[in-house]
Amino acid sequence: MLTLSRELLDRVIAHARADHPDEACGVIAGKAGSDQPARFVAMTNAERSPTFYRFDSMEQLRVWREMDDRDEEPVVIYHSHTATEAYPSRTDISYAMEPEAHYLLVSTREPDDTEVRSFRILDGDVTEEQVRVTDGTGGMIET
Amino acid sequence: MAIEVRIPTILRTFTAGAKSVEGSGDTLEALLADLDSRHAGLRDRLVDDAGLRRFVNVYLNDEDVRFLGGLSATVKDGDTVTVLPAVAGGMR
Repeated sequence: MLTLSRELLDRVIAHARADHPDEACGVIAGKAGSDQPARFVAMTNAERSPTFYRFDSMEQLRVWREMDDRDEEPVVIYHSHTATEAYPSRTDISYAMEPEAHYLLVSTREPDDTEVRSFRILDGDVTEEQVRVTDGTGGMIET
Repeated sequence: MAIEVRIPTILRTFTAGAKSVEGSGDTLEALLADLDSRHAGLRDRLVDDAGLRRFVNVYLNDEDVRFLGGLSATVKDGDTVTVLPAVAGGMR
């Protein structure tokens, strides 16, 4: 299960909407081993494409070092699909290289309704998990 | 002195869990060959017949080695090489 605050989820969705029709991507960092997403980091989609995303390599180095210095890890790796459902594509699965991360997918294909789903991707196997959204004070507002 | 090579989580199976290992060589290619002699299989995850794998990022100090000649990039003692899997995907 992925648990994150409404504020963080809203920032992911806002980024996905802002970059639509291109795919948006980024991470939410959290203390290593905590499994708690805490720090939102929007990343540049170096491909600037409606069908593909890739973190800019130099930005990734900077952000990964910053996480290392702060004893953080990428708890959530998010990206948007702008014309298809929020489910990992074959490409997503083959390039998923962070076994500890929650892969959060956001679909912006419907203008008024944003589908959000979360997955673990390990050695080509996809497991969907529940997304629990909290109000930021420990209270749960929806699942 | 040696060259420090920082290893991402997914490749630490090749380094007995170590976050970084040390190696030597004059070029990235020689360094990877040296590493592979102690961490068999690591090189194959970074390199294919065409050179550096497309979805692996290798940095020499603060620069992406693709801008420094790829496998023929010159390395020296005291350098740090960082390996990060690219984060990528797409709708298809």
